[in-house]
Amino acid sequence: MFARAAASAAVIVTLSAFDGAAAQTANQPPDTMAARVEACTPCHGNKGEGTSDVYFPRLAGKPAGYLYNQLLAFRSGRRKYPPMNYLLEFLPDPYLEAMAEYFASEHPPLPQPAPSEVSKDVLAQGEALATSGDAGRGIPACVSCHGPALTGMQPGIPGLLGLRAAYVSAQLGAWRYGTRTAKSPDCMQLVAGHLTEADVTAVAAWLATRPAPANPAPVPKGTYALPFGCGSQPN
Amino acid sequence: MGSKLSITLLALAALITAAQAQDKTQDKSSDVIARGEYLARAGDCTACHTAAEGRLFAGGRPMPTPFGTIYTSNITPDPETGIGKWSADDFYRTMHNGRFPDGGLIYPAMPFASYTKVTRADSDAIFAYLRSIQAVNQKNKPHELRFPYDNRQLILGWRTLYFREGEFRPDPAKSAEWNRGAYLVEGLGHCSMCHSPINALGGTSQSDAFKGGLIPMQNWYAPSLTNNREAGLGDWSIKDITDLLQTGVSARGVVYGPMAEVVHNSLQYLDDADTRAMAVYLKGIAEASSPPPASSALPNTESSLLISLGKTVYDKNCASCHGTQGEGKPPHWPPLANNQSIEMQSAVNPIRMVLNGGYPPGTKGNPMPYGMPPFAGLLSDNEVAAVVSYIRTAWGNRGTPVSAREANELRSAPLN
Ligand code: HEC
Ligand code: HEC
Ligand code: HEC
Ligand code: HEC
Ligand code: HEC
Repeated sequence: MFARAAASAAVIVTLSAFDGAAAQTANQPPDTMAARVEACTPCHGNKGEGTSDVYFPRLAGKPAGYLYNQLLAFRSGRRKYPPMNYLLEFLPDPYLEAMAEYFASEHPPLPQPAPSEVSKDVLAQGEALATSGDAGRGIPACVSCHGPALTGMQPGIPGLLGLRAAYVSAQLGAWRYGTRTAKSPDCMQLVAGHLTEADVTAVAAWLATRPAPANPAPVPKGTYALPFGCGSQPN
Repeated sequence: MGSKLSITLLALAALITAAQAQDKTQDKSSDVIARGEYLARAGDCTACHTAAEGRLFAGGRPMPTPFGTIYTSNITPDPETGIGKWSADDFYRTMHNGRFPDGGLIYPAMPFASYTKVTRADSDAIFAYLRSIQAVNQKNKPHELRFPYDNRQLILGWRTLYFREGEFRPDPAKSAEWNRGAYLVEGLGHCSMCHSPINALGGTSQSDAFKGGLIPMQNWYAPSLTNNREAGLGDWSIKDITDLLQTGVSARGVVYGPMAEVVHNSLQYLDDADTRAMAVYLKGIAEASSPPPASSALPNTESSLLISLGKTVYDKNCASCHGTQGEGKPPHWPPLANNQSIEMQSAVNPIRMVLNGGYPPGTKGNPMPYGMPPFAGLLSDNEVAAVVSYIRTAWGNRGTPVSAREANELRSAPLN
């Protein structure tokens, strides 16, 4: 009886959906990307600004090509995080591209840098690695690829600001252990392969203390030459 | 002179006819290949025979089973590692009888128990298509099955119990459309591989076909396709069924989990006539009478506490999409009121939906689907149980409450 009442209510709702364009829009979710990515925002924030969980990365403003590469890698399972692997499994390329473009074009402000829990010496070591590298150990400066202001370069190199230390060290660790890989040649694997555990802690901590630059947008493609080739950044 | 000319003319004419004939056979063989490709889609061969980021039909995809891992075969025309040396007879034997060319037994993870219904002509078309694709030289991975399941002779026992060889036989009492639908659903579609209770031997018995069951290792419940209290489609309109099969969403509900895969790789490619035929058949096999309503294992007081907490959780987290009355905004935000897939005796699917969220598959008819966030990290076991109990019983829904323990157990269900 109850069920039948619900059923006829549903019929009325359905019928009224065809009763003119206005009713139709009223009974449909908004035809926007924002509504389509509501499955992502509890973890990544409404505009991709990140959430309080230190392992959930900011997406906003990163180069669209970079974000798209990550979505392809999650969909195929090459980059592993089961909740995301599951969500993306049956979504087509053009849709993933549209999601990447959506988050790339959002520009919420970068978060306040967090006070660091590591010593001054460690921060200094991190700064040295990021800005000058360590030629003796074959480590190029992070800025040589991620840009002098660490804001990344279109289309494939992400900025490194606005990320928490826990996230950055987890990613560098994943490259060292081979659980995260990028398009070949995977230059980040070469870089991460030369880093020690202590290097990772230091550089991740220093990056997280950086204030937002005046212009956080990634620089255009070809602004500077990379020290060696990266599959995700075609020349 | 004159006769010479006429002979030349005749010869020319013969040449032309020969050329035309050749054109025709070429035409015909490309038609057959196109048909074979279509039928391979209907059989969803790619779901198993193509690995993630792997080459088309080169195999190597792991299939976890309760007995160990089976790896699918390379079915490209490579002569060493694929099926390049097979004849159409060999291929038909595999499809129809589950045997390798040398007579060896094939594991029923390859759904030959359904493909046996496929006609010889359709099998030949699929074979012609498989011969036309890029050959890939990639050795088959050996299966990793535990003793004694690594002994193929055991398959004989399974075959005796569950395998009935034989092509599809149309039912003359039914329409051509119904029979076409039956052919696709029972044969290439191998729907009964999931939509049947799975017994300890990993078999589906004929009499239980389409009665529903929990898919081993994946922890998804594939509902009965005959019972209107599960996914029986007796009271669905044909349009809602064809929408669901072709686009993955409909005014009555959406597909998710393993069924999203089926729509994504296979059903979205079927033409309107075949989709409609399947809908007519599926609507036809739904049983008229529904069984008595399910009963809950939970004591009444606990249930009513759960349900009132559930309403709070629902209004805060779910109503923005599914509506305060569970009306949703169909087809993209599915209705939860009068939605069979929530009310079933097994609560596995709605619990997993809340924990894992999901997107329906991106299809030609719905290329940018709307999604649902996963709530595993946002809600406690108790809250998950409460909200699922609420949606199963609110708005006239006739499901039963679920316990926090059931919600907790499904947190570790595999996501791929
Ligand atoms: C349950 C939380 C969760 C949900 C839901 C989620 N993500 Fe993520 N996402 C993560 C985590 C955690 C990572 C980092 C994973 C890792 O460790 O590599 C991530 C990484 C990413 C990255 C790579 C970021 C980078 O800088 O490398 C992208 C892009 C992304 N997610 C997009 C999405 C999109 C689009 C959706 C919705 C379709 C989504 N995510 C849904 C948690 C989530
Ligand atoms: C040779 C160029 C190059 C150098 C040098 C380099 N990177 Fe990268 N980095 C990349 C590229 C390209 C990517 C994107 C990879 C992909 O597509 O997944 C990347 C990605 C990253 C990411 C992932 C960001 C995210 O949001 O998940 C981190 C973290 C990172 N690099 C840190 C560093 C650090 C720290 C250094 C210095 C020690 C460094 N990189 C040096 C090229 C470089
Ligand atoms: C549910 C998964 C699944 C689907 C769907 C499937 N297969 Fe298979 N197939 C397998 C597995 C697993 C094997 C290996 C069985 C064994 O080793 O006994 C196999 C083996 C085969 C073989 C034997 C090849 C060899 O040399 O080992 C052929 C031919 C074949 N499949 C063709 C097909 C075709 C054509 C389709 C679609 C109409 C199809 N399969 C759909 C799982 C599947
Ligand atoms: C952002 C919008 C959104 C929110 C919020 C949301 N859902 Fe969903 N829900 C969806 C979409 C879209 C689907 C289809 C997902 C799919 O097919 O994988 C869905 C599917 C479902 C299904 C399966 C329906 C069917 O037809 O079988 C259930 C059950 C469900 N949601 C329950 C809930 C509950 C309970 C909550 C709150 C805890 C919730 N949803 C929150 C959008 C939402
Ligand atoms: C790989 C396993 C698998 C195969 C093969 C499969 N299904 Fe399903 N199916 C499921 C699961 C699991 C569900 C429950 C999830 C859902 O409702 O989408 C389901 C649900 C359904 C539903 C109910 C959807 C709803 O919203 O109530 C229908 C109808 C259906 N399947 C039809 C079919 C048909 C027809 C075929 C063959 C062409 C088929 N299935 C093949 C696993 C499978």
